[in-house]
Amino acid sequence: MSGPRGLAFEDAVRYAGRSIGSARGRTALMTLAMAIGVAAVIALTALGQGARNYVLGEFLSLGGNILTVFPGRNETTGGRPPTTGATPRPLTLDDALALTRSGLVRRVAPIVVGQAPVSFGNRSRDVTVLGSTAAFKVIRHIDMQRGRFLPGGDPYAAPAVAVLGTNVARELFGTTAPVGQLLRIGDRRFRIIGVMASKGQSLGVDMDDVAVVPVAAAQALFNTESLFRVIVEAQARESIPSAKRTVEAIIAARHEGENDVTVISLDALLDTFDRILSILTLGVAGIAAISLAVAGLLIMNVMLVSVSQRTREIGLLKALGATPRAIARLFLAEATLLSCLGAAAGVAVAWAGITVFNALVPGFPVAAPPWAIVAGAGIAVATGLAFGVLPARRAARLDAVAALAGR
Amino acid sequence: MPAGPDAALVRLESLSRDFRVGEETVHALDDVTLAVERGEYVAVMGPSGSGKSTLLNIVGLLDRPTRGRYLLDGEDTTTLSDTRQAAVRSRKIGFVFQAFHLIPRLTARENIELPLMLAGIEPGERRPRVEETLESFGLADRARHRPDQLSGGQRQRVAIARATITRPEVVLADEPTGNLDSVSGAEVIATLERLNADGMTLVVVTHDADIGKRARRLLRFHDGRLAADEAQQR
Repeated sequence: MSGPRGLAFEDAVRYAGRSIGSARGRTALMTLAMAIGVAAVIALTALGQGARNYVLGEFLSLGGNILTVFPGRNETTGGRPPTTGATPRPLTLDDALALTRSGLVRRVAPIVVGQAPVSFGNRSRDVTVLGSTAAFKVIRHIDMQRGRFLPGGDPYAAPAVAVLGTNVARELFGTTAPVGQLLRIGDRRFRIIGVMASKGQSLGVDMDDVAVVPVAAAQALFNTESLFRVIVEAQARESIPSAKRTVEAIIAARHEGENDVTVISLDALLDTFDRILSILTLGVAGIAAISLAVAGLLIMNVMLVSVSQRTREIGLLKALGATPRAIARLFLAEATLLSCLGAAAGVAVAWAGITVFNALVPGFPVAAPPWAIVAGAGIAVATGLAFGVLPARRAARLDAVAALAGR
Repeated sequence: MPAGPDAALVRLESLSRDFRVGEETVHALDDVTLAVERGEYVAVMGPSGSGKSTLLNIVGLLDRPTRGRYLLDGEDTTTLSDTRQAAVRSRKIGFVFQAFHLIPRLTARENIELPLMLAGIEPGERRPRVEETLESFGLADRARHRPDQLSGGQRQRVAIARATITRPEVVLADEPTGNLDSVSGAEVIATLERLNADGMTLVVVTHDADIGKRARRLLRFHDGRLAADEAQQR
């Protein structure tokens, strides 16, 4: 067709720009609504991602080549009826030490945990007492503030020595140097040989708030033969699956063929956490996206008002030869331009918010993933377009004569 | 569609336009047959509600007749789609309104440019035409003014410039002096008549008998019917 090519895209955008530039209040309101939605999507996604990175980083700092062995089997295998008195066979120090015979296992830290009153002089408090071996220090990356950690050597020996977390040391000893002092744990006396450097929360245990004693001493203290768990460090991260099978096989051999322990690798935990946190992030971002839909509705409402306020202008444009499609295009360009403005403002607000957050909370790095910025802004613009269609069509369908008369 | 040499520019054949007002049907135009030749200067007069404005709207393709045919430049417009009608309007028709209908946020230059923009003419081609038009309407020094910075007469001149920048076949003016004092009104009429002298067909709807007398042909409407069709001496 050799007819006129009709209203050009750039001209529609320029015309829409003049229109939104002349209605400052309306433009500011709609930009704000869109910006809030976009900023919410980006900021919440960034927070979610930050939480995910934080948790994963925390896990990886403990080493990716760690297996944890629990007594008892917490999964139903079916087929076999439950045996009477189904208490799991205890996991013993012998079991733990047997694991070191595998070439896939580098070191093993048996763990006993209990609460006991710890006192020095007239000060006393209830403390989580952790029984383990020298290997624990290496596996959990523990640094010493003063003195040394538990001595190596025979794990069955129970020398009366203890290592304290910083909080425990401070609260019991105050300004007195703790190393070399004798303190009382339960009804036994222990000599303090070291204080651990502050590490904070690690896997749910605050290492600053514990006292560490040799595993055999803890077993005697709490009068138990069973271990709370055994931490196994495999030779390498790649050998985790085979190490896991080996650990299960060794324990089963020692427990008359019964596979009655649970072995969890950090990898599996990591995967689970990763999945959970990713879904949480998406969920939160999805909720934020609802605010975008609300902003879209606002755009539609304001555009509808704009169409009814500008009927004369629409009538005039028709009289000047604008096709219905050209009119629709002008109003659609306006809605889209507004949502673009809102999206840009939202990205800026989110960026500013993230920067401020990172400055205030240095230990928890938060960053908006690029896809979130693209998605947030993209959804905003798409929303503007979608919700702009109805007002644009209403404008395009106005009767020219009535519109010119302002009816 | 090329028109024959003797074809009228505007030809209405037994054309009627009915409006339903509640239960009643109002015959705004009732069986009107008339032809306007290229280059004519026609005044349309009649009391309020006689159908003058409806006639103008139908000739300008803003409204459709209920019955009858309307041929513009030999082409039957009654069967055209809205989009095709808009295209014809863009090429062949220029409107001038009593209330000027300038877009307040746009400058005089931008208001005048509007029809070219809607027709999809390239900016490079638009600019010289707008400059030329501003010049010939004596608006060059007002190009960057917005409507609220212009006098009534200037506004209507901007509106006429806008109506004619596409070089339409016919200019339809609906009470073009209705909102102006007599001096500005005379100026506007002179501007329109100059365009007619250059060959543009001019149809003016007016209440003002003095303006009606100036046209070479006067159509009088009454109750939707063409009551008189008089040739006039100037």
